[in-house]
Amino acid sequence: MTDALVDARNLRKEFGELVAVDGIDFEVRAGEAFGFLGPNGAGKSSTMKMIGSVSPRTDGDLRVLGKDPNEHGQEIRAQLGVIPQEDNLDLELTVYENLLIYGRYFGMSRKVINERIDELLTFTQLDERRHSRVEPLSGGMKRRLTIARGLINTPKLLLLDEPTTGLDPQARHLLWDRLYRLKQEGVTLIITTHYMDEAEQLCDRLVIMDKGRIVTEGSPRDLIEQHSRREVLEMRFAVGTQEEYAGRLEGLAPRVEILPDRVLLYTDDADATADAVAAQGIVPESTVSRRSTLEDVFLRLTGRTLVE
Amino acid sequence: MTMLALSGRVVEASARVYRRTWRGSVISTFFNPILYLLAMGVGLGQLVDDGTGSTTLAIPYLTFLAPGLLAATAMMTGAGDASWPVMAGIKWRKTYDAILATPVGVPELVVGHLSWVGIRLLFVTVVYSGVMTAFGATTIAQGALAIPPALLTGLGFAAIITAYTARLKDEQGLAALFRFAIMPLFLFSGTFFPLSQLPGWIQPAAYATPLFHGVSLCRGLALGTDFAVHPMYSITYLLAMLILGTLLAIRLMGRRLIT
Repeated sequence: MTDALVDARNLRKEFGELVAVDGIDFEVRAGEAFGFLGPNGAGKSSTMKMIGSVSPRTDGDLRVLGKDPNEHGQEIRAQLGVIPQEDNLDLELTVYENLLIYGRYFGMSRKVINERIDELLTFTQLDERRHSRVEPLSGGMKRRLTIARGLINTPKLLLLDEPTTGLDPQARHLLWDRLYRLKQEGVTLIITTHYMDEAEQLCDRLVIMDKGRIVTEGSPRDLIEQHSRREVLEMRFAVGTQEEYAGRLEGLAPRVEILPDRVLLYTDDADATADAVAAQGIVPESTVSRRSTLEDVFLRLTGRTLVE
Repeated sequence: MTMLALSGRVVEASARVYRRTWRGSVISTFFNPILYLLAMGVGLGQLVDDGTGSTTLAIPYLTFLAPGLLAATAMMTGAGDASWPVMAGIKWRKTYDAILATPVGVPELVVGHLSWVGIRLLFVTVVYSGVMTAFGATTIAQGALAIPPALLTGLGFAAIITAYTARLKDEQGLAALFRFAIMPLFLFSGTFFPLSQLPGWIQPAAYATPLFHGVSLCRGLALGTDFAVHPMYSITYLLAMLILGTLLAIRLMGRRLIT
């Protein structure tokens, strides 16, 4: 075992017949932002619950903050912050009261909690809502309150399960900014998400999970380099002409992917590839060149089939 | 922190939520028993006492009814607090998940929840006992004596119903509980009439029900009359229900929430 904050070896979780997590290995180091990326049902949330010491593992080994959650769950939870996928706040209570009762569950004194609440309300920009009831607050405010609540005990390790799902763009960006600040302050973050831009923004390192297994691991940049190309050229053709042209595109880029409505050319230099296409006399209806993203990696590794 | 201290924190949080929500429950917990006392005890009671004369009851009907209603009210309160709020914590609001992410574990959550129900029951039974005294059904001292058994009855129900709720998928099971268990118990446990009025073959079944024992204890103590069954049986029955119910609730809640 290493001095990693989380260390998993051959970690497994089964629910009856269903294998949710199928023997995974990973390590989360102090101070980093670590991501679990994957489609629905990949096993991300099950893994998070095991780290959060609220779900016993079926097999394998797991250390969180150096301890085994099976035996020291309470001690581990005392030092974690957990931001669940769905806000589970006390809607009848005020913003302040939600934070107060939560701090009390950690055994903190009222004085310490009150100081901490002042800091956290400023940090999450909820100062003016201190005495508002939670129920009528916007989704973004509730999410920020859930994050403030998860930070009440000044955790070493913060677990965020799909932190920005369902939020509007402004609220997402504000949240990313806050999480980035936390990271700078030295809080270790573990994030699950299926938003690629979120993973690229926040994660130093991530694993992509599919069907309970880890498919690949690395920094966002590494993964793009390993599994995609620097740039992508997306071409759309006039209806009915794509098939005719598609065959002729093979060989013009290191990888060509043909989708029902467009063709993707993965390349290191989109402009040069576009020129090469034009030189062949192929005239797409429209062309978009863009940077390759984690989404390309993700779709390549986990497939384009819809998982439900 | 010890288990007891953590349970205390759950009680504290429940009290805070109650402070914001008590208005919604005040009618059912405080006024309903008073309405029953008025309608049944005073209204129907006059008919019972003046009509053909009661051959079974040596006391006015209101006096007979009041301590039985105390036990029944405790049952209703305990059952109510162990059903919808528990379902909300498990499923609708998932506040139990939030609590279990902290050092608080399932045993502390269940014990804290039941302790809070105990405090609620104390309010309700003290108020009811005062009302009962004001109606002239008992004396202050005897009315107070009936509070502990009423508390025990309410807590016993709360424990066993928390266990029941922990297994439910949706609220249909709660509706069924009230329709097919709580309501029949309310009506046929000796609250409104002595069990000797029931056909002989069904009486043993009535003696086996928990509310009957609560009613027997409350009535015996409030009125200073003979108990319908030896009080040691009743106390043992209700204590066992509380202890086994709590252990079962911890087990089933763990199975439901720690997956």
